[in-house]
Amino acid sequence: MGRLRSLLIPGVDKRLLVRDAGKLMPDLTRRHFVAGGASLGALALLTGCDVSDSFSAEEMLKKVSKFNDGVQAAIFNPHALAPTFPESAITKPFPFNAYYELDDAPEINGKEWKFEVRGLVDNKKAWTLEELYKLPQVKQITRHICVEGWSAIGSWTGTPLRDFLKLIGADTRAKYCWFQCADTDGYNSPLDMETALHPQTQMTFKFADEVLPRAYGFPMKIRVPTKLGFKNPKYVISMEVTNDYKGGYWEDQGYNSFSGS
Amino acid sequence: MSSLAVSDKSINAAAKVIQPAWVRIVHWINAVAMILMIMSGWQIYNASPLFDFRFSANITLGGWLGGALLWHFAAMWLLMVNGLVYLALGFATGRFASKLLPISPAGVIADAKAALMGKLSHDDLTRYNYVQKLLYAGIIVVGVVIVLSGLSIWKPVQLQYLTALFGGYDVARYVHFICMASIVAFLVIHVALALLVPKSLRAMIIGR
Repeated sequence: MGRLRSLLIPGVDKRLLVRDAGKLMPDLTRRHFVAGGASLGALALLTGCDVSDSFSAEEMLKKVSKFNDGVQAAIFNPHALAPTFPESAITKPFPFNAYYELDDAPEINGKEWKFEVRGLVDNKKAWTLEELYKLPQVKQITRHICVEGWSAIGSWTGTPLRDFLKLIGADTRAKYCWFQCADTDGYNSPLDMETALHPQTQMTFKFADEVLPRAYGFPMKIRVPTKLGFKNPKYVISMEVTNDYKGGYWEDQGYNSFSGS
Repeated sequence: MSSLAVSDKSINAAAKVIQPAWVRIVHWINAVAMILMIMSGWQIYNASPLFDFRFSANITLGGWLGGALLWHFAAMWLLMVNGLVYLALGFATGRFASKLLPISPAGVIADAKAALMGKLSHDDLTRYNYVQKLLYAGIIVVGVVIVLSGLSIWKPVQLQYLTALFGGYDVARYVHFICMASIVAFLVIHVALALLVPKSLRAMIIGR
C-alpha cells in the first residue's frame, strides 16, 4: 500500500483511484490482493506489526516459495516410490475436481484428438490416440492428494512418461516437460524433468481399467503420484520439452510450483 | 572488600533474572511464528474442512488457499529453526531438566487444587509449580508432534515412513488439527494467566 499512497494526489478521491488501479489488475490477482489485504489487516491488529504493505509481503512470500522449490527438488528422491494400495482401497466414487463444473469439462473427440510434441525432442510427430494405445501400459493404484488437503485412492493405467520421452528422443537434460490442456482458459503446468522421469509418472489412458472418462481427463491425463493433484494435468493436448520456466495455470496464481509430495 | 561487594551484587543480579535473554528471544519469535502458522492453517483447513465448520475469514491469513499456503510454508521455517534452537539450548543449558522436571502426579493434583482455590503462590517466578511444569513440558511435546505431522502431510511420499507412523496421510491431517487445537487451548490459558500475573509477562519481556 505504501507505493500506492505515495502516488496519491491531493484532492483526488482515494477510493476511486484505488478502484481504478484495481481494474488494471487481472481479475484473479485483484480478488486475491483485496482478500489478502483484509486478512493482513487482521494480522497487523493481532501482532502489532505492520504487514499491511501487501506488495512487499507478497514479494517476500514469492521468494520463500521459490526457495521451497529448491528445497523440495533437493529432497526429491527419484527412486522413492509413492505407496501403492490394493484394489479394495480405491475411493468410490472417485471425486471429480476442477475450477469448473463437470458439464463445462472439455469434451474431446478421441478420433480427432492428437497429442502434439514440441521443443527439445528428436521426433516432433503428433500422436493419435490409437498410436498411443499401442504403447506398453502399466497400472498403478496410488493416492491422489489435492492441494486443498483431501485425498482419494485411484487406479490409473498408462504408459510411463519416461518410456515415451525415450521413444521420441527427448533431451532429458532439459529442465521441464510443459503440458498444455484443452480446459477452458487454457490449463497448463510445468513438470520438472526429474519428476517426469520418475518410474510412476504416467501418461494415463484408463481409470479403474476403463477408458479414462471425461470427468478424469479423457483422452489423456498425466498422472504424477509424487505431486499434488493440480500438477496432474487432464485433457492434455501437447507437451513441450524445454529449459524455460513457462509458468502454469495455478502456479502463476501462487500455488508453489514444485508442489511435490 | 570492593571485589567482594561486586560479586555479591552480580550474584543478586543473576538471581533476579527470571527469564534469560535467549528464552525471551525464542519465546517471542515463536509467538509470531505460531500466530502466522495458526491463522494461515485455518485458511488452509477451510479449503477442505475435516469437521462441520469453517473458520471466519476475519481470523484467517492469506485471503485464499494459495495465499495461505505461501504464508504457512514461509512461517514454517521460522517455527522450525526457532524451535530447534529452543530445544537445543533447553537441553544444553539444563533449563528443561531444572525447570520442568520432575513432574509427579501427586504434585500436579495438589497444585491444581491450590490453583483452583486461589492459594497458589507466585512469589518466586523462577520456579514453576507442578501444573506449569506439566503444561510447559506437554506443549513442547505437542510442538514436536505438530511439526512432524505437518511434515508427513507435506511429504507423504518422500517421508512416507513418518506418514505411516501417524497412521497414513488422512489420519496425519487429524493429528495435525488436534495439535493445533491443543496449542490454541494452551494459548488461551497461557495468555489469560500471564495477564492475571503481570509480573510474569514483564519477566518474559525485560527478563526480571
